[in-house]
Amino acid sequence: MLRFLQMGGYARYVWPSYALTALVVGLNVRWALASVRAAQSEARRRLASLKAAS
Amino acid sequence: MAWVWFHRFGSPPHFYRLATRLAPWFAWPAALLCLAGLVGGLVLAPPDYQQGDGFRIIYVHAPAAWLSLMVYVVMAASAAVGLIWRMTVAYSVAASCAPIGASFTALALATGMLWGRPMWGTYWEWDPRLTSELLLLFLYLGYMGLRNAIDDVGRADRASALLAIVGVVNVPIIHYSVIWWNSLHQAPSVMKFGRPTMPAAMLVPLLLMLAGFTAYFLALLLTRARGELLRRERNARWIGEALASAPTGPGSAC
Repeated sequence: MLRFLQMGGYARYVWPSYALTALVVGLNVRWALASVRAAQSEARRRLASLKAAS
Repeated sequence: MAWVWFHRFGSPPHFYRLATRLAPWFAWPAALLCLAGLVGGLVLAPPDYQQGDGFRIIYVHAPAAWLSLMVYVVMAASAAVGLIWRMTVAYSVAASCAPIGASFTALALATGMLWGRPMWGTYWEWDPRLTSELLLLFLYLGYMGLRNAIDDVGRADRASALLAIVGVVNVPIIHYSVIWWNSLHQAPSVMKFGRPTMPAAMLVPLLLMLAGFTAYFLALLLTRARGELLRRERNARWIGEALASAPTGPGSAC
């Protein structure tokens, strides 16, 4: 296990690469969901105000 | 007729429904492919005879670099389709690509620097491959900046489409930079004609990661494009029906 974590002496470069990748992958999921949810609630608000006006 | 699929695909309510339904079918396979690729790449693949375990950065660096180019091509192609056929769906897809592409271009640069330091002895060099990839990041950022600067979505779509299409010349430059010029960067070992120059135990995990990242991108793209469609079609009648029935999005991705 320790040998795996040491990555043959390249741990300083390998693990930060994987950590950054996990970060970018995770953030993109969050951003995409936030973006579509914001658009949905904006559209719902607009529909409600249109209904109220008519 | 042959063109029916094109018109159906270009119909916002149809695309919205399709995207909602399809996204999980890309997200879950993406997660499984990446998991298998990670186990194969980090555990099962043997160390490289020159780079030792340092070569394992390839399993995140190459997929990030692949997305940086592939997403740009998708963005420029759909921007062109939007410009030619005035398709809202195509513009929505193009606009959705930019933040995804920009983040993976930055990731490709960052993981490349982390790989370059132990192998080349430097984080950065003004080398053709590195410089053209940096230019790609600026193209993405320019595209997003231009969109942000224009309030009207229709005008932003048309202006940014031109930028995306012009910038596509950079894609072959990036790909062939390592062949055309002397470069620190290694030549392609997977995406070339003929047999890949890698043993199967190293190659298979890489292919799994590339497929996983591609499926992951498609899930993200479909999800984002729905939001972009809602913003462009704010006065359309289908929106009420779509919001009444649709769930929010895919459960998870890789």
